[in-house]
Amino acid sequence: MDDKTVKQWFGDSFIRFEKSLNGESTSPLHLVRKKGFEKFSMLEFPTHRNEEWKYTSVKPLLNYRFDPNSGIVDISKEDIEKYLYDESIYSTLVFVNGKYYEKLSDLSKLEGKLEIMPLVKAIKSGKDEAINFALEILDKDADIFSSLNTAFMMDGTYIKVNDDAVVDSPIQIIYVTSADKETVTNPRNVFIVGKHASVKLIETYAGLNETPYFTNTFTIVKVDEYGSIEHTKVQDETRNSFHISTLEVNQKRGSHYAGYNVNFGGSLVRNNLNIHLNGKETETTLNGLALSKGTQHIDNHTLINHLEPHCNSHQLYKSILDDSSRIVFNGKIFVKQDAQKTNAFQENKNIILSDSALVNAKPQLEIFADDVKCTHGATVGQLDKDALFYLKSRGFSHKEALATLIYAFASDAVHSIQLPLVRDKLEVILSEKLLTPALS
Amino acid sequence: MLVIKDLKVSIEGKDILKGINLEVNKGEVHAIMGPNGSGKSTLAQVLAGREEYEVTGGEVLFEGKDLLELSTEDRACEGLFLAFQYPIEIPGVSNTNLLKNSLNSIRKYRGEEELDAMEFLTLIKKKMAMVEMPQDLLSRSVNEGFSGGEKKKNEIFQMAVIDPKLAILDETDSGLDIDALRTVAKGVNKIKSEENAIVLVTHYQRLLNYIVPDFVHVLYQGKIIKSGDKTLAHELEERGYDWVIEEYNAKKS
Repeated sequence: MDDKTVKQWFGDSFIRFEKSLNGESTSPLHLVRKKGFEKFSMLEFPTHRNEEWKYTSVKPLLNYRFDPNSGIVDISKEDIEKYLYDESIYSTLVFVNGKYYEKLSDLSKLEGKLEIMPLVKAIKSGKDEAINFALEILDKDADIFSSLNTAFMMDGTYIKVNDDAVVDSPIQIIYVTSADKETVTNPRNVFIVGKHASVKLIETYAGLNETPYFTNTFTIVKVDEYGSIEHTKVQDETRNSFHISTLEVNQKRGSHYAGYNVNFGGSLVRNNLNIHLNGKETETTLNGLALSKGTQHIDNHTLINHLEPHCNSHQLYKSILDDSSRIVFNGKIFVKQDAQKTNAFQENKNIILSDSALVNAKPQLEIFADDVKCTHGATVGQLDKDALFYLKSRGFSHKEALATLIYAFASDAVHSIQLPLVRDKLEVILSEKLLTPALS
Repeated sequence: MLVIKDLKVSIEGKDILKGINLEVNKGEVHAIMGPNGSGKSTLAQVLAGREEYEVTGGEVLFEGKDLLELSTEDRACEGLFLAFQYPIEIPGVSNTNLLKNSLNSIRKYRGEEELDAMEFLTLIKKKMAMVEMPQDLLSRSVNEGFSGGEKKKNEIFQMAVIDPKLAILDETDSGLDIDALRTVAKGVNKIKSEENAIVLVTHYQRLLNYIVPDFVHVLYQGKIIKSGDKTLAHELEERGYDWVIEEYNAKKS
């Protein structure tokens, strides 16, 4: 379909959406949505002519009429069992087709230290931050996908960790799509970490059946002075699905953001990760791990914006490509004039298992301060044949040897995750994915 | 245990082994010696299943099975072990991990129960003491940053844990100082039994002072040109290889 038809489709969908809101169409939330829709209408879908989309075409995505108005369906615990961690420790929020699913959620372990609720509830109960952030982003450089997210903003997770609170229970947020027609969900997350507070989060994105769907997610993270957050996102969507995400992180003085961006699924995936260092002495880890097979296309665009002095950022992106899949890594580092004594490190390592896979790696450093240390590097290689033979000569099957070497290659991108259960599960998923042939 | 009949092997069209005949029975130690480039390491690698080599003729039976039909991993599971001349460094995979996986793959192949964590640890400790393996090497990545001696010790340690029927030690003595050589040899002697067999591939005689072979074979230009008992090794050490080669050429013409 052409641009116009797609936008017409979303325009009609927006009208249907408004009708379904039943008297809420004058609420502050809906006014934001309207603004989002206006912005969406003014923008165009990106093409290869757009530098930021040079290696990634959204055309396949525009071939579907993804419905933003799909209703919720009932799912059982078994459906999401494999994504869950130990329930005696973890707190869980489950969303089905973009809507909060209370039946499988459990927030009982979190009392007192933070506010946590579905986003819509947060906005209705006057948590103005959630709305203000949405407007702030819209006024600045929201692209067509984040504007679409705002227009159809329905649900998502609102977390505000109180100052000085240390949240012991890791919080898992699961977004699943389970629809029998082509569906788009627009999850919106707002994570606010108070002064000297600390929290650990895992976002999981998955699909429960083979119908094509589109996840268009937008996450805003604010880390106040000396606050700390570990934020892992595991994208394990189905092979027919589309996943586009934008992450906006804002760090204040002395804060720590550790982000892990793990991508296994999806036919077309684009993640925009923008980290703004708005205070001195911040620490940022921004790691990525991706495994692509078949004709999967996974694109990670990162931006670390050093605005203040004495900040450290550390990026390690690793990917493994098989079949005729493609991975794009574009890593921008801006060091603004005031950001003296910046320490910025970026490394991108790729392993290609087939002859027809392709990597596009593009580091992009723009440095305006004169007393900084910035390093970057990108490599593309193959698995070490001698190491494979060595393991096989010790009795490892070919697949085991392959999985072992690949995990060894990949593990340092995720080994600093502080949650052992999460690390273990990533290892299991990785070897499972490696051992199953790609659907073509 | 191992019967090699007229084995011919080439790599990239070049003939390396030109008709090897060798029989190894259990309880025996064989030494395969020879000048550089004679095909010693090729023989070791082919037996372990290295794919780059092409077998152009002959056959190899291991416990009555056609060895050349088996994959590298199945050969290992059947009880064949190669101690590498240049052990491979594998960053990110710990020694413990390698051994656990290795043992359990082999046990699974043989229809045995996998070892639980406790049983595995007990076994590892016993074998470490047996071959004088320092504890800290266990948790480190396989061979990563190991000295030459540590790498060779690690091969022997793996051999002790896996407990193969037939072990081929490819130039295990190369690059070792005399103390390391003694430790390695001591380990091998402890592993050696009436039930297993060992093939030592070596350029020099010095290892054979510590691990005494029952048979010594001289490999030259892809063929075994002379076989004898341990006295042959001493003779080679004293007189070099030239006289054997001359003797062989004289016989040929």
